[in-house]
Amino acid sequence: MRKDIHLKDLSRKQKEPLLHLEKKDLMPLPYPLEDPDDGPPFAELKEQIREKYECGLDDTCAVSIPKPATKEEEDALVAKFLSGLEKLFTKENNWTFLQPLLLSMEHCAKCQTCSEACHIYEASGKNELYRPTFRSELMRRLYFKHVKKGGLLSAWQHGDIEINWPLVARLIELSYRCNLCRRCAQTCPIGADNGLVAHELRKIFSQEMGIAAKELHDSGSMLQLQVGSSTGMNAVVVKDNIEFIDEDMEEKTGMKVQTPWDVEGAEVLLIHNAGEILAWPENPGAFAVILNAAGIKWTLSSEVAGYDSINYGVWYDDAQFARVAVKHAEAAKKLGVKKIVLGECGHAHKALTVIADRVLTGDLNIPRESSMTLLRDIVMSGRLKLDPGRNDFPVTLHDPCNMVRLMGIVEPQREVIRKICPRFREMTPHGVDNYCCGGGSGFAIMSGNNFPDWRFQVAGRKKLEQILHAFGDCMDPSIPKYLCAPCSNCKGQLRDLLAYYEMWDKHKILYGGLVELIVNAMEDAKPGFIEWEWH
Amino acid sequence: MSILLYVISYFSLLVFIVACAVRALSYARAPIHLRWELYPVPHEAPHRVGHGGSYYEEPEWWTKSSPRNLLGELKSMGAEILFLKALWEFNRKLWYRSFPFHFGLYILIFAVFLILLCGLISFISPGFMQGSLAAGLQFVFRAAGGGGLALSIWGALGLLQLRLTDSRMKIYTTPGDIFNLLFFIAAFGTLSAGFLLGTGPSTGILAFTRGLLSFDTSFETTGLLAAGLVLTGLLVAYIPLTHMSHFIAKYFTYHNIRWDDAANRRGGRIEVKLAECLAYRPTWSAAHIGADGKKTWADIAASSPARGPKK
Repeated sequence: MRKDIHLKDLSRKQKEPLLHLEKKDLMPLPYPLEDPDDGPPFAELKEQIREKYECGLDDTCAVSIPKPATKEEEDALVAKFLSGLEKLFTKENNWTFLQPLLLSMEHCAKCQTCSEACHIYEASGKNELYRPTFRSELMRRLYFKHVKKGGLLSAWQHGDIEINWPLVARLIELSYRCNLCRRCAQTCPIGADNGLVAHELRKIFSQEMGIAAKELHDSGSMLQLQVGSSTGMNAVVVKDNIEFIDEDMEEKTGMKVQTPWDVEGAEVLLIHNAGEILAWPENPGAFAVILNAAGIKWTLSSEVAGYDSINYGVWYDDAQFARVAVKHAEAAKKLGVKKIVLGECGHAHKALTVIADRVLTGDLNIPRESSMTLLRDIVMSGRLKLDPGRNDFPVTLHDPCNMVRLMGIVEPQREVIRKICPRFREMTPHGVDNYCCGGGSGFAIMSGNNFPDWRFQVAGRKKLEQILHAFGDCMDPSIPKYLCAPCSNCKGQLRDLLAYYEMWDKHKILYGGLVELIVNAMEDAKPGFIEWEWH
Repeated sequence: MSILLYVISYFSLLVFIVACAVRALSYARAPIHLRWELYPVPHEAPHRVGHGGSYYEEPEWWTKSSPRNLLGELKSMGAEILFLKALWEFNRKLWYRSFPFHFGLYILIFAVFLILLCGLISFISPGFMQGSLAAGLQFVFRAAGGGGLALSIWGALGLLQLRLTDSRMKIYTTPGDIFNLLFFIAAFGTLSAGFLLGTGPSTGILAFTRGLLSFDTSFETTGLLAAGLVLTGLLVAYIPLTHMSHFIAKYFTYHNIRWDDAANRRGGRIEVKLAECLAYRPTWSAAHIGADGKKTWADIAASSPARGPKK
C-alpha cells in the first residue's frame, strides 16, 4: 500500500489510481478474523469501468463520473467547480452552512487530533488519503487561492495546490469516502469539522455541477419527490404491502393488527423509512402491534413522501433536503396530527427533527419526536405485559450516529433494552462516542462497481471489530446473538457486513431493530416473534 | 527610541483590537445556519449531560421548558480554555507541548495586565511603587512574566519540533506555520533576554509602561529589551491576521455550532431570522435546483425538482 501520498498528488495526471489497498495493510480484526486473508477478496474494477469512468483515486469507484472526452470539457468542468466553490461562500447560496464552513476553513490548526477518531482512517491502516484532514486541506487551499484570491503570501501562509480536472475528479470520489459521522469533529479542540467539509464538497458537485451518487439522487431524492418513496412504491403499492404485513403480523402474534391510514387529527403520524416495508416488514409490523396494544391514536400517511421518512438530501444537496422535509411536514399538516414520530431511521430522525428545524416555519413547524422516546414511555409505563425471559440471548446495541452523537438520543433505547434483554452488553465505545456502521452518508445503499468491498473492508471494519468484541464470550454458533440497530440504513449496512464475513452462517449473529425485541417479549403475543432466520 | 517603542506598541494594540473585531463581526454577521450540533452539549440538563443526552430524550419535549445548565457550560468551557481538555483526551503528545505554550500565554497576559495596573497607579501616584506592596507586586510580575515567557517558549519549541519531525503533521505544515512558531520564539526569546540581561528588568518594564501611559520621552532601555518589545508588539498585531486567532473562532464553533441546540418556535426570534434567509435568491446552476436568480429558497423548497441531465 502506498502511504506517502501528498496533497499535490491529487492533481497528478495518471491512469492508475493513487492508492491500491491490500488486505494485509488494513487494521487487524479479532477472532475469528485474525488472518488478514479471511473474508472475500477485494474485487478489482473492470477495465471497461476504468476506461469509461474517473477511477483515479483508489481501488473503487462510488460516483461513476464519465471521463470528459476533450480538454475543453475538462476545463469546463473545472470552471464549473470553481464557480460552485465561490457560491458556497456566499450567503445567498449557502446561508445554510456558511458560518460553520468559514470557521472550519479558516481555523484548522492541522494538529491531526481528529485522525485517530476516524474509523475509516484507522481501518485503512492509517492511510494518508483517508485522513480526515486530507480532503479538508485540499478544500482549504482551494478556498484561500480561488475564493479569497490569495497570492504568493497566501500560498506561503496556507499552502498551495494546482487545480485541474484530475484533482476535481478525485475530490468528487474523495467526498464519498467519508461517512459524515462527525466523530472527528467531536475531538477537534478548535471545533473544525471535516465531516462538514465533505458534506459541502458534495453540495458543490450536486448543486452546481449536477454530479451525485445515483443511488442518492436519481433513485433517491428524485424518485421520492416524484413517486413518494425512493423504493419506488406509490401510495397504492405501499398500502397493499402494509395490508399484507398486518396479516402476517396477526398470524405471527395471534393479535389483531390493523394499520390505520390517513386518520385526521391522530395523535401520532408515524413515518417509517419505506425500505423497512420491503426489506424488514416485521419492523413496521412490530410498530403496529406495539402502538395498537398501547392504545396510541396513530396513523400512517399516503401523501407523497408522507410514508417514507428518508431524506437523502441531507447528505449531498440542501435543495433536495428542504423539498423532502417540506413534503413530510405538509403530510402532517394535512392530517392535522399532534406530532410526527419517526420510525427506526437515524438520518430521518436528524434530518426532520434537527436540521429541518430551521427550514420548517409557521404551520409547517409541527412537533417531531423520536420513536425511541415513545417506545421507552410505552415499555416503562407498564402498558404492555413483557417477559424478559423471552429475550434470553446475548444482545448488543449499535448507536446510529445521526440519532445519538448528532441528536443526543442515547438513553431511551437503552432503558428499553435493559428492561427486556437480560443479557444485554454494550459495545466499546458506545453512546455519543460510538463508531459509525460504515454505511452512513448513503454508503449503505451505494453498491455500484466494487464499492461494497470498500464499504465492508474499510468503512465497516471498525464496527465489525466492535461487534466481535461485544460477542467475544459467546461466538459459539450454538448461541444465537442479536445485534440491535434501531436504524434502517445501519441495518442495511450491518446485514451486508455480517453476510460478507459469514457471521450468521458461522457464528449466528443476527441483526434487527428495537421493536422486534419488544414484541418478542410481549406476553400477549405468541412466542417466537424473532425467527432466527437470516433475512 | 522611546517614541518609536510607544508608537509600535499602540499601533500593535490598535491592529490587534481592530483585526479581532473585524474577524469576530464577520462570523457574527453570517446568517443563521441549519442546526449542526454535536453531543454532549454541556448546557443540557445535569441528568442528561453525563451520557450526552438531549431534550429529545423527553417525551413531547416541546411542551417542557429546558432550562440552560449554565454551570455545566462554564465547567466545560473552563476545562477547555484553561487546560485544553480536548487535546488532553485525544492528542496527549500534542498537549504536552500545546498546554505549556497556551498556559504560558495566559500567565503573560496576566503579567501584562498587572504591570499596566502598576504603571497606571504609579502614573497617578508616583510614590506608590516604593513600598512593600510594590515589592510584592513586582515579585508577582517577575514570576508571572518570566514563567509565562519560559513556558510559552518551551511549548513553542516543542510544537516546532513536532511540526518538523512528526510524519502526521509534516505534509500539512506550510512555511507560514513554521514562521508563526519561530516568530513566537524570537519575540519571546528576545524579550526574555532583555529581561534577564537588563539592569533592572521589572523597573525597565514598569518605566516603559509608565512612559507608555504618559508619553514620557525620557524613558531609556537596553537595545535587547527594546527589540523584544518591538517584536512582541508586531506579534500581537500579526496574530489576529492568521488562523492563530482561533480564540475568536472557538467562541463561534462551540456556542454557535456544536452547542447550538436552540429549537425554532413558531413566532420566535429564530423564525424571524429564517424568514430573511428563506428570501435569499440562490444561483446554483444544476438543473434540478431550478434556481434562476429570481426564485427564493422558500420557492425552491416548495417546488418539485426539474429533471435535468445528470452526469
